[in-house]
Amino acid sequence: MTQPVVTARNLSRHYESGGGMFSQRQVVRALSEASFSIDPGKTLAVVGESGCGKSTLARLITLIEEPTAGEFTICGTPGVPENWDSLRSQVQIVFQDPYGSLNLRHRVGSIIEEPLKIKRPDMPAAERASKAREMMEMVGLRPEHYDRFPHMFSGGQRQRIAIARALILEPKLLVLDEPVSALDLSIQSQVLNLLLDLQERMELAYLFISHDLSVVRHVADDVVVMYLGRPVERGSKEAVFGAPRHPYTVALLSATPSADPTRHRNRIKLEGELPSPLDIPAGCPFAPRCWKAQDRCRTERPELGDAAHAAACFYPEGTETA
Amino acid sequence: MALLNIRNLSVDFATGGGSFRAVDGVDVTVEAGEVLAIVGESGSGKSVSMLAAMGLLPWTATVTADELTFDGKDLRNLSPSARRKVIGRDVAMIFQEPMSSLNPCFTVGFQIREALAQHLNLDRAARKKRALELMEMVGIPAPEKRLNAFPHQLSGGMNQRVMIAMAIACGPKLLIADEPTTALDVTIQAQILDLLTGLQRDAGMGLILITHDMGVVAETAHRVAVQYAGWKVEDQPVKDLFQTPHHPYTAALLAALPERATERRLPTIPGVVPGQFDRPQGCLFSPRCAFADDRCRSTLPPVQPPELGRARCHYPLMAPATEEAQ
Repeated sequence: MTQPVVTARNLSRHYESGGGMFSQRQVVRALSEASFSIDPGKTLAVVGESGCGKSTLARLITLIEEPTAGEFTICGTPGVPENWDSLRSQVQIVFQDPYGSLNLRHRVGSIIEEPLKIKRPDMPAAERASKAREMMEMVGLRPEHYDRFPHMFSGGQRQRIAIARALILEPKLLVLDEPVSALDLSIQSQVLNLLLDLQERMELAYLFISHDLSVVRHVADDVVVMYLGRPVERGSKEAVFGAPRHPYTVALLSATPSADPTRHRNRIKLEGELPSPLDIPAGCPFAPRCWKAQDRCRTERPELGDAAHAAACFYPEGTETA
Repeated sequence: MALLNIRNLSVDFATGGGSFRAVDGVDVTVEAGEVLAIVGESGSGKSVSMLAAMGLLPWTATVTADELTFDGKDLRNLSPSARRKVIGRDVAMIFQEPMSSLNPCFTVGFQIREALAQHLNLDRAARKKRALELMEMVGIPAPEKRLNAFPHQLSGGMNQRVMIAMAIACGPKLLIADEPTTALDVTIQAQILDLLTGLQRDAGMGLILITHDMGVVAETAHRVAVQYAGWKVEDQPVKDLFQTPHHPYTAALLAALPERATERRLPTIPGVVPGQFDRPQGCLFSPRCAFADDRCRSTLPPVQPPELGRARCHYPLMAPATEEAQ
């Protein structure tokens, strides 16, 4: 059996905020008890609305921040600060906005080579340049782009540059934080195809963070649905999309517009909005917006459990008894 | 007679590198009670054409049109003060970023009442009452309290509701919504779209929905206009468009949707939208089109009859998209 690239157990990240002279410190529970693992060559998609903790998860896995509780390993090595330096070449990230993530004053070549300069200081410049050119070809950039500046490129091309930079160290895991949501539809499919090709060729594991369910359905192998910092459902793509069990997943799927005007569905209307992460309701975090909530949901928090297709709900869909 | 009637609208911007044509010969008609969606990628001129119709473009823009009428009034040679009487009252607009289109220095109640004071003959008490009514209409909980809230104290979805309340304050005949849900989460997006279509149905307004999201189009629009690089390339009722797109661009765009994918690799449209300096001769889509030949690359394509979706193409597609994919 192959070793998973990442395994995470009960990862949590809490931030303290406020705390002036007269006010108490408050705790923002950005991420609580996330557990998952990703095998080489597989894609785990994390979906949820803004504020659900998906970007916090990305920051923990890319070793930008330390978790406040829980642990994770990357290629078998624990992701603790002592190991960060050696682990950083195994994990790389592609950000959402290619207009903000590239340094405008650097040429494309030096942007792509920068990780090598830092992580492989012994590598001669000529070898670095040839590696960068190889990588540019792989992501579909032309050799003459090597000396150009990022402002000369369109959004899709910039995202290719960002992908080339992330892959130059040959990482095992690529964290993709909304990689296509800033791109136009016709460009989006080009970038998605590129990501799928690279995954096949390099046996990459992807942690794919997105709010666009139609994209997730296309690229993911496994899906984690998050709500207010907690995973509420986890399972294979077929299971989660085919037979969603948590009411939130059901609502999310029904709210996503489908590009088929002939299909008329009964959309589940969710009342209200996401509660503030400063003030997470007792019991199930989804209970205030849930149409199935009972008294038990408001007092006791359902656990996700370890099943292959798990849902953190007392009354999951598909097991109707009431 | 159509509510909004635009024929052969062109917009040129004076830029440092010469003049740039952002909108080129676009026709738009909207009937009362109709939901028209304008779809296109960034740079297709979908927002600019509507801003031009409302007279909201900066002085660098030159707007020309053969016809530009709203409700029988010619908007082209209206004086600015007469235009201001129409804009905001009979035609209202909602913008993409609710956070940046509301004034952070005033409460949302003040901003709604400002719209009322500008256009309607109401006294102070009546304005306050109407503002409260509007807040209720757009589904804001505890409206009395929220009237005194500043935009930064409300969430994005709430702010968008306030924007909608401002837009419908004076009972417009036409509402233009420019990417009204792009900045919002899907569950909130569903709420806002339901709200917009509900208001549109109840008041019999015309609604123009500018968007790039094919899912939103499919679920809300009656008729769809597809724009590409400043051209309107196709115009069809929504069901026909999704079933039988006649312009190759529309067909390729629909095929590129991940939810329509049949295999792991998505069909793509090679290349990018032409910019200011690389506009091709002939058909603007020809460099990216799978069906283009020499005629497409040299001669401007004609606009086909309505049966062919008014496609701006030499060789409009005939077969239903489903058959073609197989």
